[in-house]
Amino acid sequence: MDLALDAVSHRYGAVEVMRDITFDVPSGRIVCIIGPSGCGKSTLLRFLGGLERPGAGRVLQLGTPPSDSLNPLTYIFQDFALLPWRTVEGNISLVLEDHGIGGDRAEAIVADVLARTKLADFRTALPKQLSGGMKQRVAIARALAVNPAVMLMDEPLSALDSQTRELLMDDLIGLWTRAPFTAVYVTHNLAEAVRLGHRIVVLSRRPGQVREQVTIDKPLGERGFADPDLDAIQRHLWSLMREEAMAADQELVDV
Amino acid sequence: MSDQALPGAPVTETATAEEPAAGGRPVPFRGGGFVPKTKFWLGPIVFVVIIALLEWGTRAGVISALTLPRPSDVLATFVRLWETGLLWDHLVPSLTRFAVGSAMGCTAGVMVGIAIGLFTYVRAGLVPVVAAIFPIPKIALLPLFVIWFGIDEGSKYALIALGTFTPMVVATYGAVDNVDRTLIRMGQSFNLTWASIVRKIVLPGAMPGILSGLRVSLAIGIILLVAAEMLGANYGVGAYIVEAGYLFDLERLFAGVTILSVLGVTVSFLLGQVERRVLRWRV
Ligand SMILES: Nc1ncnc2c1ncn2[C@@H]1O[C@H](COP(=O)(O)OP(=O)(O)OP(=O)(O)O)[C@@H](O)[C@H]1O
Ligand SMILES: [Mg+2]
Repeated sequence: MDLALDAVSHRYGAVEVMRDITFDVPSGRIVCIIGPSGCGKSTLLRFLGGLERPGAGRVLQLGTPPSDSLNPLTYIFQDFALLPWRTVEGNISLVLEDHGIGGDRAEAIVADVLARTKLADFRTALPKQLSGGMKQRVAIARALAVNPAVMLMDEPLSALDSQTRELLMDDLIGLWTRAPFTAVYVTHNLAEAVRLGHRIVVLSRRPGQVREQVTIDKPLGERGFADPDLDAIQRHLWSLMREEAMAADQELVDV
Repeated sequence: MSDQALPGAPVTETATAEEPAAGGRPVPFRGGGFVPKTKFWLGPIVFVVIIALLEWGTRAGVISALTLPRPSDVLATFVRLWETGLLWDHLVPSLTRFAVGSAMGCTAGVMVGIAIGLFTYVRAGLVPVVAAIFPIPKIALLPLFVIWFGIDEGSKYALIALGTFTPMVVATYGAVDNVDRTLIRMGQSFNLTWASIVRKIVLPGAMPGILSGLRVSLAIGIILLVAAEMLGANYGVGAYIVEAGYLFDLERLFAGVTILSVLGVTVSFLLGQVERRVLRWRV
């Protein structure tokens, strides 16, 4: 299943947040969205998953999601959004219960996703007992449990320290290599974008417009540290972002 | 860095370098506090000290018998109550009234509070009504309740129920308002049904606020218990206290008041246990 944005514009009251945004998310690929703070990345992601409606333009779903997908458009949130009163397995079974999945079938799914995210030992832990990186892995496990057609991730790693971020990025790459998933990945971090993105959509400052789309052909598994090709792309992205970021910074002062 | 190049120098260098450390003062500690801990033994000790002081004061004549009864006399009155079985005659109806009235009031309060927290129109319609009822001294309405619900148990239940209802409503809708919206969005993003979101996200999220509202409401319930028993009750802790008050029988008055205090402490202790169980997930 592909997703497409068709001439999406939006304003909150007098503030024009984004203008005429068009791009598509091909199935099996990770599309990264980068842009200066306040350019509407999070808003765009809410449009993509149907949590909010754009003022103009359309968000399209092309093709039907696979029949075994319980929740085709699934979010992974920046602040994890785990229920603090449920254990790790409780947080995962939460999203299965409403689909009438219980008993052995739920048990099998929970065990599977916990194994894939290396959390099998923490099944009965409460979120307060987990580190930030583990919490986000629980959130990833929860997303995997519903077998999403597209994962919508809003700065999923930005609440974590840089070592944990590296580890989780490796985890995501591992998950993708074993079973390619479709994802829209919003980030501030250019290094994350060039590591994970098959395509990178650069947005301008508010009102957000598509400034450039950069495609990276190198397979995810082969992208390592200090890769000269990736570095060149990252430098290019930075040159695009630099003036936008500086201008956006100035504007925030005016607001 | 340059020290290594001068083999002779380091001896004196290190000596002077270490001097501030030897004469240094520890950085003054400024943290700590603001984390009250539970010390189980301290509460009882405070009680014992106060009572011992009163006993000494009344015996020594510092406190005249007209101002305060002697704690040992109050205890004797209490023992008599116990031995004659009158204690249960008073306690059982009171506890029933308190339980029934506050159960009705708190249940209704939680339900209305959740409805206010969830539905725009209920909120717009009921918040002013609750704000209007809250400040009314419910005791003033007792005669009205007697007319509406009869002089028997009905009016007493109604008074306690109404008194516990309003604080419960306010606490509950405040607690629902405070539930983390990102958790609710998360629920929606996983296509949870509306009922699931309310039952599995909103209710547990509001539980800390609901429980602390319950503390306030039940204390108000105990206060109103006495008020309710002022009219048309032969038995009940409230009736006992009111009667003792008319007769200026301070020992009995204090024995009754002590029973209410013990009831308050018990309720608060039980709620503490419930909180510890239900809110184990809290950081
Ligand atoms: N519900 C809302 N009501 C009004 N304004 C909003 C709302 N949500 C977002 N905005 C505004 O829209 C603009 C875009 O917000 P958004 O959160 O999408 O930006 P972002 O690109 O995700 O920023 P960041 O990089 O800081 O996360 C901001 O100026 C924000 O203040
Ligand atoms: Mg954002």
